[in-house]
Amino acid sequence: MSGHLTADHFNLWYSTDRGGTHALRDISLDIPPKQLLALIGPSGCGKSSFLRSLNRMNERTPGVKHTGSILLDGADIYAPGTDLPFLRKRVGMVFQKPTPFPMSIYDNIAYGPRLQGVRSRQELDGIVEASLRAAALWGEVSSRLKKPASGLSGGQQQRLCIARALAVGPEVLLMDEPTSALDPLSTGKIEELMGELKTRYTVVAVTHNMGQARRISDRTAFFLDGELIECGKTKELFCMPGDRRTEYYITGQHREK
Amino acid sequence: MMHKSSSLSAKRYRLSDSLMYWLFTFCGISAVASVLGIAGYLIWAGIPAIREIGLTHFLFGTSWRPTGPEPSFGILPMILSSLTGTALSISIALPLGVLTAVFMLESPPPVCQILRPLVELMAGIPSVIYGMVGSFLLVPAVGRLENLLFRGNKSHIFTGGANLLSASVILAVMILPTIIHTSELSLGAVPQELREASVALGATEPETMFHTVIPAALQGILSGAVLGIGRAMGEAMAVMMVSGNAVNLPLPFNSVRLLAGGIATEMSYSEGLHRKALFSVGLILFVLLLLVGLLPEMFLKPKGGGKHI
Amino acid sequence: MTAIASVLFYILLRGAGQLRWEIFVRSPSPLKGEYGILPGLINTLYIILLTLLAAAPVGIGAAVYLSEYARPGKLTRLVEFTVGTLAGIPSVVYGLFGAVFFGETLRLGYSILTGSLTLSLMVLPIIIRSGQDTLEAVPAALRESALGCGATQWQMLRTVVLPCAKRGLAASVLLAVGRITGESAALLFTAGAASNLPRNWLTHPLSSGASLTVQMYLGISNGRYIDEAFGIALVLAGILTALYFLTGALTAERRDRGEDSL
Repeated sequence: MSGHLTADHFNLWYSTDRGGTHALRDISLDIPPKQLLALIGPSGCGKSSFLRSLNRMNERTPGVKHTGSILLDGADIYAPGTDLPFLRKRVGMVFQKPTPFPMSIYDNIAYGPRLQGVRSRQELDGIVEASLRAAALWGEVSSRLKKPASGLSGGQQQRLCIARALAVGPEVLLMDEPTSALDPLSTGKIEELMGELKTRYTVVAVTHNMGQARRISDRTAFFLDGELIECGKTKELFCMPGDRRTEYYITGQHREK
Repeated sequence: MMHKSSSLSAKRYRLSDSLMYWLFTFCGISAVASVLGIAGYLIWAGIPAIREIGLTHFLFGTSWRPTGPEPSFGILPMILSSLTGTALSISIALPLGVLTAVFMLESPPPVCQILRPLVELMAGIPSVIYGMVGSFLLVPAVGRLENLLFRGNKSHIFTGGANLLSASVILAVMILPTIIHTSELSLGAVPQELREASVALGATEPETMFHTVIPAALQGILSGAVLGIGRAMGEAMAVMMVSGNAVNLPLPFNSVRLLAGGIATEMSYSEGLHRKALFSVGLILFVLLLLVGLLPEMFLKPKGGGKHI
Repeated sequence: MTAIASVLFYILLRGAGQLRWEIFVRSPSPLKGEYGILPGLINTLYIILLTLLAAAPVGIGAAVYLSEYARPGKLTRLVEFTVGTLAGIPSVVYGLFGAVFFGETLRLGYSILTGSLTLSLMVLPIIIRSGQDTLEAVPAALRESALGCGATQWQMLRTVVLPCAKRGLAASVLLAVGRITGESAALLFTAGAASNLPRNWLTHPLSSGASLTVQMYLGISNGRYIDEAFGIALVLAGILTALYFLTGALTAERRDRGEDSL
């Protein structure tokens, strides 16, 4: 149980009435535990599809097909009979826009544990406090846990969503452009938080922001047109890209076809 | 943080989850089955009479004498009356409705806030009430007009105002709220930038409205019109109360019977082939409505511009 | 616009004089020369309750099934098209169907039950469609967040989707209540024309009974209770206005909450 993800020759297709798109082409990628991996690339390059494949959220899109496998600590998450809720408990997710549920701050955090059958008040209190502390939100909301979560600011809501994901005890945290809907100040706080989180969790984050990828990630993977162009230590990838296309993209010379 | 160790493949069986899945599936299937069942039944029940009468005779026969000694079942006058009545009512209601919608959009917010609920309320008023008011207000007025126009005309059968014209006007009033509502929605959905762009080119406000905004909202307006046509065609009670209910060719001052009203009129006393024939009338009405429903898809293929309501 | 206003005004003018309190507690009786709408009110309530009993759970369940469980595909689209088409079928055709199928084939005769069953078929597509719209308006990100916390499909529905959609679902049921209240064509030949007070509350649905709207129509068509019919029209307009504002209040608050939660 360390949160080690490995993609092995993973392909993904979306089929519609007018034919299909090959969204991910033969992706093989090792995601070492307790590190932060940034996924970068232009819009539509497949980085979000890849992220959503890591906890099988992609299956909610109709007409999606895949080949290959993704292993979590050696077990194929696409194996038949996989318990989806349990998988998603181990691989938590945070979305682009904050998505607080229409309930109180406390109930938002206790949401996951309650689903797992935790009923004891004491235990829930403990989980809520620990999760909020881990998301650096405890100090701001400890006095108003029973207030609706919708009353929080955008940045606070996003940290609430992170705390909510942490409350179920994941090993991996997937983040889909977690700061793109936030102002610079809130973004800074979330980035700082992500830096702390990676010491305890495997974090995979999609980002459009090169600076952000450079600041917070240990490793970076560059996607283009559904292919994984290269993946390496962030410092190396940004200083010495191994591929022309990566270089063009990170220096802003990428052209949309 | 909590941790529960169990392997990925160990599927925890959740009774409530599969129970709810089957419950909702059951609801889905039974609802769909009853809906499909009615559709099937209407078709199945409508065909025997058409077979017995003959499709051409049924559709194009001009005399409808279901109870006479030599019954004949030609519904052409009813079909034509329905089509004419609907066409007349939509040609009254569409321009009026669009203009009202324009007026509501252009008038200050307080006026709009009073008018909008009023329009939506009118859409929910039972058809019998429209029929009632129509037969006490509209029919006498149309009757007077008729007397004026046909004074001394020997061949005209006087209707006292219960005729196609009254029916069309009542239908127009009934579908007006629908048309105003959808027009207002789609006109309101036209981006403000489009108006400003037009005004910036030197167009006046009315020019902008008629040359830019209304065309941009055309798709929504037309889908409202289709809704209105559907409602007008299916309306029975109100029409029954003001149309005179005689099977005639559709001239404005003739008493007429429309398809839907015909079913309502004759249902209580029909028997045997006559009753079966009413199901066939229902089937024809169903087919007509289906065609009306498909109209926008035929004419509005490109799904660009304008908000789809 | 003036036409619409004049309709309202005319009803108000002719109906207002009829609204004495006695008509709410009396039954119509030609013998005593009295008129009243109590049986009509009771019948209307019976019809609304029975119709909703049959249509609301199945309709909402079907909406949940179609928007949450059914895999989108040709079949689902065919079902949605059929539901849409059936929503546009004239009520008189439902009446014809109900009278023959429930009334004759199932031998329920002219009864409140026949009428309610007919109406439940009629409002089913309405409930399904607007229920589906409401459910689909719940943001996908909210659902995925719930799933991301390890919720199963039903846990997600129970804890996130249904709480977000409950007001909208209530509004779609109210929409159906409005349709039922105003309906006449589909009831005239199924629920019959009687205006009697129930003798036995349990077996009353098996007897014939006119709803308010039907009673109003009959009052006009036999020409005996024209002014009284305008009184009923005013009562109906009042009921429908109340329903309208209730629905508005429900959906307006939902909209506020929807904005908050994003």
